[in-house]
Amino acid sequence: MESRKRTFVRAVVAAAVLAGLGSAAVAQAPPVKIGLLATLEGPFAAGGQDGMRGAELAVRQRNGVVAGRKIEIIKASSDAKPDVAVNATRKLVEQDKVDIMVGPLSGSEGIAVKEYSKTQPNITFINGSSGAQATTLVNPSPNFFRFNTDGGQWMLGLGKAALDKGYKRVMVIAEDYAFPYSQVQGFMTEYCKLGGKVPVKAWVPLGGKDYSSVIARIPKDVDALVVVLGGADAVNFLNQYEQAGGDKPLIGGSITVSQDILNYRGKRRESLVGTIAGAPIADAYEAPEWKAFVADYKKNFPDGYPSPSLFGLVYYINMKAALDGLEAVKGDLSDGQKKYREALTKMVLKTPVGDVKLDQNRQAIGTTFVTEVVKDSQGNLYNKVLRKIDNVNQTLGQPPAEFKIGSRDEPNCP
Amino acid sequence: MTRFWRIFWAVVIGAPLLTLSAWGLHDNPRLFVITLLNSLTLASLYFIVASGFTLVFGLMRNVNLAHGSLYLLGGYLGFFTAQFTGSWVLALAAGFAAAALVGLAMQVSIFRFMPGQDLRQTLVTIGLSIVIADLLMWGIGAQVHQMSPPAWLDGPLRGLPVIRAYSTYRLTLLPIGIVIGVALWLFLNRTRVGMMIRAGVDDRAMLAAAGVNVNRVFATTFAIGAGLAGLGGVIGAVELSMVPGEDTRLLLASLVVVIVGGMGSVVGAAIGAAIFGLAETYGLAYAPTYSVVFTFVILVLVLAFRPRGILGRPA
Amino acid sequence: MSAASWRGAMNLQAPRPLAPADQRAAVADEPRRRRFRNPVRAHHVVVLAFLLAFPWLTTPFFTYQIGAQALALGLIALSLTFLAGAGGMISLAQMTVAGIAGYMVAIFGTAATDGAALGWPWWLAVLLGITIAVLAATFIGWLSVRTEGIYTIMITLAIGVAFYYLALQNYAVFNGFQGKQKVFPPTLAGVYWRDATPFYYLALACALAGYLFVVYLLRTPFGIALQGIRDNPRRMHALGFNVTAHRVAAYAVAGAIAAVGGVLFTWYNGLVTPGSVGTGWLINILVIAVLGGMRHPVGAFLGAVVFVLLQNFAIDVIDRERFNLVIGVVFLAIVLFSRDGLLGWWAALSARMSTHRGGTPWKAASGRSYAR
Repeated sequence: MESRKRTFVRAVVAAAVLAGLGSAAVAQAPPVKIGLLATLEGPFAAGGQDGMRGAELAVRQRNGVVAGRKIEIIKASSDAKPDVAVNATRKLVEQDKVDIMVGPLSGSEGIAVKEYSKTQPNITFINGSSGAQATTLVNPSPNFFRFNTDGGQWMLGLGKAALDKGYKRVMVIAEDYAFPYSQVQGFMTEYCKLGGKVPVKAWVPLGGKDYSSVIARIPKDVDALVVVLGGADAVNFLNQYEQAGGDKPLIGGSITVSQDILNYRGKRRESLVGTIAGAPIADAYEAPEWKAFVADYKKNFPDGYPSPSLFGLVYYINMKAALDGLEAVKGDLSDGQKKYREALTKMVLKTPVGDVKLDQNRQAIGTTFVTEVVKDSQGNLYNKVLRKIDNVNQTLGQPPAEFKIGSRDEPNCP
Repeated sequence: MTRFWRIFWAVVIGAPLLTLSAWGLHDNPRLFVITLLNSLTLASLYFIVASGFTLVFGLMRNVNLAHGSLYLLGGYLGFFTAQFTGSWVLALAAGFAAAALVGLAMQVSIFRFMPGQDLRQTLVTIGLSIVIADLLMWGIGAQVHQMSPPAWLDGPLRGLPVIRAYSTYRLTLLPIGIVIGVALWLFLNRTRVGMMIRAGVDDRAMLAAAGVNVNRVFATTFAIGAGLAGLGGVIGAVELSMVPGEDTRLLLASLVVVIVGGMGSVVGAAIGAAIFGLAETYGLAYAPTYSVVFTFVILVLVLAFRPRGILGRPA
Repeated sequence: MSAASWRGAMNLQAPRPLAPADQRAAVADEPRRRRFRNPVRAHHVVVLAFLLAFPWLTTPFFTYQIGAQALALGLIALSLTFLAGAGGMISLAQMTVAGIAGYMVAIFGTAATDGAALGWPWWLAVLLGITIAVLAATFIGWLSVRTEGIYTIMITLAIGVAFYYLALQNYAVFNGFQGKQKVFPPTLAGVYWRDATPFYYLALACALAGYLFVVYLLRTPFGIALQGIRDNPRRMHALGFNVTAHRVAAYAVAGAIAAVGGVLFTWYNGLVTPGSVGTGWLINILVIAVLGGMRHPVGAFLGAVVFVLLQNFAIDVIDRERFNLVIGVVFLAIVLFSRDGLLGWWAALSARMSTHRGGTPWKAASGRSYAR
């Protein structure tokens, strides 16, 4: 009897202690919920997977805690279609009640999510990797932030590099939607001004597979091809072009020479060596911050690419911005997240490729690289730096009144 | 159709085609001839895949909407076999076999228990296609898989008249398609099993009454039809690469080919594939914005005058 | 369906179970206005009360993303259930018709940032949208009536895909891949109809109207003739009915229902893109209709609710990236193990528990359902 009573008392004491600890745990700050949206299906599925890796890396670098609050990531998937992206975002925001939203991946989705963000003034939306110019330049949303440079900014400097290599006439082959329009505009603005000529532009549907007709239309007198295709489209085109005996040098859009393309399963990548491109990322960049970032990526994701892809880097940058902002306000998201947004607006973000500031449309002003594809001793392809340009703004250095967003017909210099 | 109308329609359809061809040849002969080759080779691929589809429908009235997934399955398996063994021919065999096995399993374990319920079978194939496509993406990932052609078919064929160079591999698609077409025709018309299949297409009940094991014939047919899709997958993995989403594309192509050419007819599939390949490729080359509307007009014309397709048989 | 099976239908037709005398008389002889009087039962009242009170019982998210979306999708699926269940014609182009209505509303009304937008008043845009969609549906019907059963599925799928490519590649009118953004319902009588609760009631009103209309239509001479044509076109033709005209008219009616659903769905999304009318969605509508069951118009809405719930919450139940697998498996399970979706399960269950009860709006010939 005595031992039973002792056991009972001990149990009660233990329970009380545990309860005390438990309530102490509960008394800490609630976790901060961040929604993460990327394309995990469809043409950019591989890029979306790497984007999620990049975002997760930013969280792991902080050990999952920011300003004393635990970080809770809720993931969602889309397939590069705007309505799917908006539905997924709406669920994250209205059902799962996230505080901050990071995403989406592709250009058209970005425009649709920006429109949605205007209906949710108390949530902060940060871009994933969508790079269409119109997202922040036309009817910007007061709570949509983009810490990555857009598709047009990524191509700055490429026009001059092309002319330096002697390509005076080029043909453009690009996918037919908002992001490639921005990329082509970024390239042609400089290229045309410096005297280059673009006699033919071929816009192909996203996800189209048969490039034989486009290849047949390549005129004999162009010096190079500007190829702004992504994902599976790029691989198909490269293969079919080489099989058809094509040998013109290529100028790449940013996602054409991203690591997910340089690493596709198959052999025919030799034709990519020597391709110049414009991008916010350069695999062989020498700066210590970049090397540390690559090492961190490889350590955390042994099943990832040899070097982070464009999507991985850009998602990392945007998630890091979200977390740095939270730290700056010490996790205070009260009062409609006003302080948080002010912190974001004023922040100078340190990224592995340089500093990023925001302009008046909450669009990033950052660094762009002109790169060239080379092969290393193990046979892997990577991008080496030809030129680094800092403080590129959205109007590419032109006065805003003169700046026209890229479309199918603008700019034009046949 | 009376003789007058036959001549009338031949002129109405043929005359513009001839004029446009003449103009095309005159304007840019290289583009015209390359496009011709492109369309015929593409038609070969479509024919290989669609022939399996039409075989299954013709005999079993089963619209196998999982046909595209079988294409994908065969393609992936062929890719890995080629990587492992280095042999393209082995990859072809592996792709065919894998798809045939899965098709056999589907017929024996599911469709055999739903005789005559055409719509229900179709719905099951829709469900299966969603499941198979997602399982493949889970297991293999979303990365693009581009198979390389065998070394003896690699690279361009140079020194050709008018067009200068053309992809060797792509050019071989044409003889491959013809060989498979002839083999299929021989199988259907000169073998005992083929005779039973043709009899079954005409009258299933009679075939059973004649003492043939109808289930076994069905299983064989489904396996062959599925195998053809897998074979097409391996061939397409080189030309068009393997990526999630290919299954829908090839399924739709098969659908249009079979609608135009006629259900249950292999020759019809060949004709339909040729028409569809020509329309799509010439459209892409000369009027890329509306190439598909072009093909749709052809589909409408065929349906308006021959609702069962050019060589279709009444149900 | 093969000629052999129709032959079979003509020869083997068992005598129908006689409906109770008063119901037979009621359907055949009653004056038109009384034809509509469906006996209102207790479960009707309960369901209606629940639907009306729904926004007050849940969060705005549920009201909008689950409730309103299910009602709009259910309306589009209702058009397919009507066409397939009563008319025996399974058309995969219903979402195409809905998409056409959405695009027309976007083009004629105040839409997008780019592309053609005429900026006409909303009621005019909606009217024009529905009219054009009905015309398109009639055209599709005219193309498809020469075919039967499985052929119809394939041909309507091909037509749907052709429209998808047209919308994808045309920039002057459809604005290509971007589609039309910012297509919103108007602000009327001081209420912004895109807010969760007003939009839900708008969708509910349209859905109820559609449902009651279909139930009514099935008891009219047209509806009965349609069901007769479904069961035995040769006999109906011999009786003097114009089979083709009836079928095309059925397509047109289904098109009108799908058009209203399409306008609602476009307003729900706030945009319409080629993706909205792609193969995925064409098949999704079929999945919804089959899931719910084609024996009664309510099946369309049941299927839509299950679909929307799966679409939103499957991602929480299983690994984020595998929700397509979940939808596919659920669909397979229902098709494999039930003859007619959820309603079929329900019927089998209640048949086991009680004796035969009549009262389905369309009487299938000797218990034969669409699943032949």
